[in-house]
Amino acid sequence: MKLGYKLSKGRFNLNVELELPETGISVLYGHSGCGKTTLLRCVAGLEKEADGHFSIGNEVWDNPKTKLKPHKRAIGYVFQEPSLFSHLSVKDNLDYGIKRSIHASKESLNEAISVLGIEHLLDQKPEALSGGEAQRVGIARALALNPKILLFDEPLASLDDNRKREILPYLKRVKRQLSIPMLYVTHAAPEVAMLADHVVVMNEGRVVSSDSLAASLSNESSPLKLNGEISTVLTGQVTEIDKHWHLACLSIYDQKLWLPDAKLSIGDEVRVQILSKDIGLANSAGDASFQNVLKAEIVAINEGEHPSQAIVKAAAGEHAFMVMVTKRALANLALGVGSQVLLQVKSVAIHS
Amino acid sequence: MLSAGDMQALLLTLKLASTVTIILLFFGIPFSWWLARSHSKLTSLLTALVAMPLILPPTVLGFYLLLLLGPEGPVGKITTQLGIGLFPFTFSGLVIASIIYSLPFTVQPLVSAFEAIPGRTLEVASTLRASPIDAFFSIVLPLSKSGILTAIVLTFAHTVGEFGVILMIGGNIPGETQVVSIQIYDHVESMDYGAAHRLSLIMLVFSFVTLTLLQWIRRRRFAFVPVKSK
Repeated sequence: MKLGYKLSKGRFNLNVELELPETGISVLYGHSGCGKTTLLRCVAGLEKEADGHFSIGNEVWDNPKTKLKPHKRAIGYVFQEPSLFSHLSVKDNLDYGIKRSIHASKESLNEAISVLGIEHLLDQKPEALSGGEAQRVGIARALALNPKILLFDEPLASLDDNRKREILPYLKRVKRQLSIPMLYVTHAAPEVAMLADHVVVMNEGRVVSSDSLAASLSNESSPLKLNGEISTVLTGQVTEIDKHWHLACLSIYDQKLWLPDAKLSIGDEVRVQILSKDIGLANSAGDASFQNVLKAEIVAINEGEHPSQAIVKAAAGEHAFMVMVTKRALANLALGVGSQVLLQVKSVAIHS
Repeated sequence: MLSAGDMQALLLTLKLASTVTIILLFFGIPFSWWLARSHSKLTSLLTALVAMPLILPPTVLGFYLLLLLGPEGPVGKITTQLGIGLFPFTFSGLVIASIIYSLPFTVQPLVSAFEAIPGRTLEVASTLRASPIDAFFSIVLPLSKSGILTAIVLTFAHTVGEFGVILMIGGNIPGETQVVSIQIYDHVESMDYGAAHRLSLIMLVFSFVTLTLLQWIRRRRFAFVPVKSK
């Protein structure tokens, strides 16, 4: 998928060139006003003044000569606030797009209904739904169109924390079950950690960086910070459950990471986030209170935010861990690039 | 109870009001939609023009229309040349005058209804494969139902209640331009208070029913909101 747009609105200028993977979730990440929503609207054809190009697979929606109208684009769009038609029932809201789309079918509708778990809401009117339920219907409505790309404009931003927790599992199901690419606009770090495969960081209408999540987080010169923190996000499968201690074991490369077993079962794919300040370095097995000790090799050492700090990038197999340590600790342990180290992981946030 | 003349006046009034309402809806809906959505500088000028009949004395409006449509008027000359003849003192003349006179009562409720529809709603429709025309019929019109009903009731009722404009441009020709309000005036002129009472009472009841209907349309929007399930 290739896209590029230019748009001027008063003092705001959007100027973007991107090439994105055609599978998985690409997150457009940045502060409000950075142009991420505008870029999403360009892809949907909703920004009439925008100049640019867009191609997906072998289809071209925008180029200097043509500009496909929004209703001619095979998109599914989920707006920030649940935008159901108030005069139609949930069922009729879902049918609205189906009737008009050449790609949609009864199967795509039924699949969308079951993925979002909204069977019991079909006969309701939108006013009777909670914010979370309405947004689930909104997502199902976009999904049911069987689009070539799904566009999410901060779908959780208008919901409170409980509603967010209610919807996120459904978004992950959508991600798991669909092979189509998704563009997901957000400024919320947890959503990036939980959903992103690819991250586009934007600032003042321009792309700051565009790379896979793992590569963005372990970028040596300017690692992507989520909520201001340098961290590592790992995906692994649960291979063991220790019922007695309520721990679940995640296989990382050929090593083990033990986590609280929050509703996990063997075979589950789990995403975990480890903050750089929650990893300690050692050169030999030391303090036994650390449950999680991983063997790794230091591949890079860079300056931290404070002159006393260093950001160490350590590789364990294909995984790169970002570790924040003091330079004095590095010197005392005599660690440098190429050293074998033990990573002592103090705590892990689970994004299952 | 009612004389043949009174019946004729009543039927003529209904015919005039229905004709005017249908024509005004047909043109008023697209015009109001444009007025509600356009960013053109013309809109404020046109909005003012549309509202003119609200404050202009009906006789002034009737007088200018009479000049315009009459044998010496620019429109009158064209219609004569085209072989249509002259509009003053005909039913068609009444229809034209009433369309102008009742225009604000169609356009204003429609514009408010259309303005109340967020631009986002139309964007949502377009992402669901609806063309702008499609979205207008499938989303805008159903959402504006109470505004459209209000426009219909107000336009119809206002046309029924017309007097000054009709007297100026239509005169008092039975079966052609003699509507109820003129007939009542006639009865009073000829001291036939009984006949005036009968027609006036009908108008009184009609007005009351109309206003009750309007209240019902307005309240209905809230009456059907279902109770939250959780």
